[in-house]
Amino acid sequence: MLWLSSRYENLELGQAVLEYVCRVRGIENDAEHWIGVALREALANAIKHGNRQDPSRRVMLTLGGSTDDLEIVVGDEGEGFETAAVADPLAPENQMKTSGRGIFYMKTFMDDVTFSRGARGGTILTMRKHLGGDQKKGVQAR
Amino acid sequence: MKTTVTTRDVGDVKIVELHGKITIGAGDLQMREAIHTAVSAGATKLLIDMKDVTTIDSSGVGELVGCYTTATHKGAKLKLVNLPPKISDVLTVTQLITVFDVFTNEKDALASF
Repeated sequence: MLWLSSRYENLELGQAVLEYVCRVRGIENDAEHWIGVALREALANAIKHGNRQDPSRRVMLTLGGSTDDLEIVVGDEGEGFETAAVADPLAPENQMKTSGRGIFYMKTFMDDVTFSRGARGGTILTMRKHLGGDQKKGVQAR
Repeated sequence: MKTTVTTRDVGDVKIVELHGKITIGAGDLQMREAIHTAVSAGATKLLIDMKDVTTIDSSGVGELVGCYTTATHKGAKLKLVNLPPKISDVLTVTQLITVFDVFTNEKDALASF
């Protein structure tokens, strides 16, 4: 488990940890790229919307899973939010908005994305990528 | 790769070349500044060259949309060229690829203005 302060520079640290894990686990480059995009969205969300960029609030990151999948858990120390309130970025009225696509990208590039409340508040985001068989599953397969 | 934004002129077209990551806290604001500066200086034909973009996130995409809107409201045209496949994919899944005029090479892009 890694604890990061709420600074955007720490996205690079999260990405570096992911790259190491992917190398150790033999996850191929294409899959690593899309998992990396989702991870950066998750961390940015936690820093910006969860912790409101307060550097004294931390973002928790764990990477785990089994031989068949990679599980990423990102937690923040914010007030929590309702995912149902997030607008559909594909709706015509939202297409030209400058924000609101982060969760959509996470759900597009990962196989499972769930949100829950942390035991001490904040939001816990759990993302899972299945690795068995077709690691190339990214945009093309959807 | 460090994020950098450079500009050059070809005739009356302002070409904005992006290099590296266009992500939150990195290249997103640099791109916005370059486009706003060009539009404020009177540029009406803008071409963003994304050949060297390695990653774009939702903030970068949002800024791209914002730049397009800013340019359009000022009567300028903003087009994209040389999208790497993964960058194109990110715009495709959100259906934004249909919003922008996208070209595979600079010659065709310049001729389209």
